[in-house]
Amino acid sequence: MKPMLIKGGHVIDPSQDRDGVADVLIVDGKIETLGKKLSAPDGAETLDAKGKIVAPGLVDIHVHLREPGREDSETVASGAMAAAAGGFTSVCAMPNTDPVTDNQAAVGFIVKQGADAGAARVYPIGATSLGQEGKQLSEFGEMVAAGAVAVSDDGHPVVSSHLMRTALEYARSFGIPVAEHCEDPYLFKGGAMHEGTVSTKLGLKGIPSAAEEIMVARNILLAELTGGHVHLCHMSTRESVDLIRRGKERGVNVTAEAAPHHFALTHAACEGYDTDAKMNPPLREPDDVEAVRAGLADGTLDAIATDHAPHHYELKERDFDDAPFGVIGLETALGIGLTQLVDGGVLSLPELIRCMSAEPARIFHLPGGTLRNGSAADVVVFDPDARWVVDPERFLSKSRNTPFAGWELRGRVERTIVGGVTVFSGPRA
Amino acid sequence: MTGPSLGKDLLGLEPLTAEQIRLILDTAEPFKEVSERAIKKVPALRGKTIVNLFFEASTRTRISFEFAEKRLSADTVNVAASGSSVQKGENLVDTARNLEAMRIDMVVMRHPSSGAAKFLAERIPSNVVNGGDGTHEHPTQALLDMLTIRDRMERIDGLKVCICGDILHSRVARSNIWGLLKLGAEVAVCGPQSLMPRGIEGLGVTVFRRIEEAIEWADVLNVLRLQLERMQAGYIPSVREYYRVFGVTLERLERAPHELLILHPGPMNRGVEIDSRVADGPHSVILHQVTNGVAVRMAVLYLLAGGQPGLADAAKGSGREVDE
Repeated sequence: MKPMLIKGGHVIDPSQDRDGVADVLIVDGKIETLGKKLSAPDGAETLDAKGKIVAPGLVDIHVHLREPGREDSETVASGAMAAAAGGFTSVCAMPNTDPVTDNQAAVGFIVKQGADAGAARVYPIGATSLGQEGKQLSEFGEMVAAGAVAVSDDGHPVVSSHLMRTALEYARSFGIPVAEHCEDPYLFKGGAMHEGTVSTKLGLKGIPSAAEEIMVARNILLAELTGGHVHLCHMSTRESVDLIRRGKERGVNVTAEAAPHHFALTHAACEGYDTDAKMNPPLREPDDVEAVRAGLADGTLDAIATDHAPHHYELKERDFDDAPFGVIGLETALGIGLTQLVDGGVLSLPELIRCMSAEPARIFHLPGGTLRNGSAADVVVFDPDARWVVDPERFLSKSRNTPFAGWELRGRVERTIVGGVTVFSGPRA
Repeated sequence: MTGPSLGKDLLGLEPLTAEQIRLILDTAEPFKEVSERAIKKVPALRGKTIVNLFFEASTRTRISFEFAEKRLSADTVNVAASGSSVQKGENLVDTARNLEAMRIDMVVMRHPSSGAAKFLAERIPSNVVNGGDGTHEHPTQALLDMLTIRDRMERIDGLKVCICGDILHSRVARSNIWGLLKLGAEVAVCGPQSLMPRGIEGLGVTVFRRIEEAIEWADVLNVLRLQLERMQAGYIPSVREYYRVFGVTLERLERAPHELLILHPGPMNRGVEIDSRVADGPHSVILHQVTNGVAVRMAVLYLLAGGQPGLADAAKGSGREVDE
């Protein structure tokens, strides 16, 4: 492996409060050192990063890679490539595959596919319950030994409070979070979008905010009861953010994430029955968007995670009720973060990078998210000023279901390095 | 062509202007008489192929459209596909392509999913008429309701119209709200709060919680059918209580300060949302609505096919082919 010297870039590494021009030297796949005017060792590749941001590779703790089961929508390899193109060096793959990733062999398969892809690192998340049926716990210990970094029944809530309680307790033995999709199935039933004025106008069955908030409250209480670590996925409402804020104040072991679409869009995006604006939890009210942004700003919401949910085009080419929930996000997340949060005055650039690297790595106990000496050389280099227009046809993901098509974004990924190896080099043709 | 037109499709009343709605109602006037003749047929749509595509059970809407089409001399095909027995969405896009390939001129569609008519209209060059999409809109029903109100009250502007019942699941309610507001009526809704959609006030309507208040306020009541499956879904406890609390009864109407006009889109549940004595009584214009349904649908089909509103009289009167 050739050494690499990234010269003259603006290094932002929130894990060690670095924010300034520096060179980054990578040797043997690890960060050798950061400093001024470093000289390149013999045979090193030199990358001129002048005017560019050099940061820890981004970490996405919530993606759906659809393999096994829907390889027409995404595979581990295509998802890992899309991640790399979006500046991500690590992604965590949710277990709602077909069959469900609920045992050590299935977890091992994801690990193998990820290693073969040679793009972003892929960390499997095992199912909380067998078949994600919410009845019997999966074998957390064996899944962790095979490489799982968390458990989740994402896509479905764990309806039984008893099972959720035991999952949180049992997960403590292995030091992993239980990531939970918060949804009361009775309030949710049949819903297609947020319940409000837009759903009333469109005649679509609404999903009330309370469907999420009831389970957020329950999960915080169960985390408090058990001392287990509950991670709340894709928070979308004001009250959810408030509940988490109060839980954290009490010292509950709760972490949470926000998805780019939830801080960039409201339920108005569903007007015209645009199925690319259909996701779960749904796009909500402007007030909720403000609350999610404020939650990221004050640290109530720890991390940004895309909930990248690829769907083959014909699945979204349906009437709204019949189209599946979910949008992709790996290749737009950084640009949406920069234009909506940094340009919107919600986060500074270092804070955005923290929410997309150090924080998600910390809460899922992943090795990335830092440029500390000796850590694996997972690095992203991006041009913060380059503007580009989202063209889904150019995505490396196999799917096109983005609500951001045609948006002009800022921030173009030029290089994504995983363990010292360039896995993406842009800009794309 | 001068003056307003409808464009390619009739998907709902929300996107229409007051002028377009009046155009349909005015065009319906001359078509009313066609149905009163011994030979109920005019050649306005001769040579046009219309497909009635019903993904949901319907008797009266489908028959009403079919009469309208036949009385305009169109060639019609009925396709009934049960929404439960087929993969709805997948079928819809393929159905659209197949229809397009058969070079048809118009589609009248009823579908259980809101937005389905728009979905189809965006994918085929033929005219699409929404015969009811999910809980979104049912524009021809609202048009025939408005034509009936106008027949009896001689105006719509300034009238107080209250839509009563299951507003949450009603496409008839939504289309009536848009249409009546555009024509200058005051619109209210009344029903159990559990069947009232959130933010309905945002559409510009008043909400009455009690049917007595609605009756006292309104000039016209449009009484919606209560779907009996709403009980199983837990929205209301029983039809018995519904009738006692929300039923439009003769006793309640007799206490009103003035005479009310009673509409019902059918089919009625006698003794549930409406008292038989009201349905069969002098206030009721329910059968008049059904008659007007054919005329309104003739007007819509005629206008979408490019028919000139001013020539509607000639189209139906002379028996000659209209020059289009």
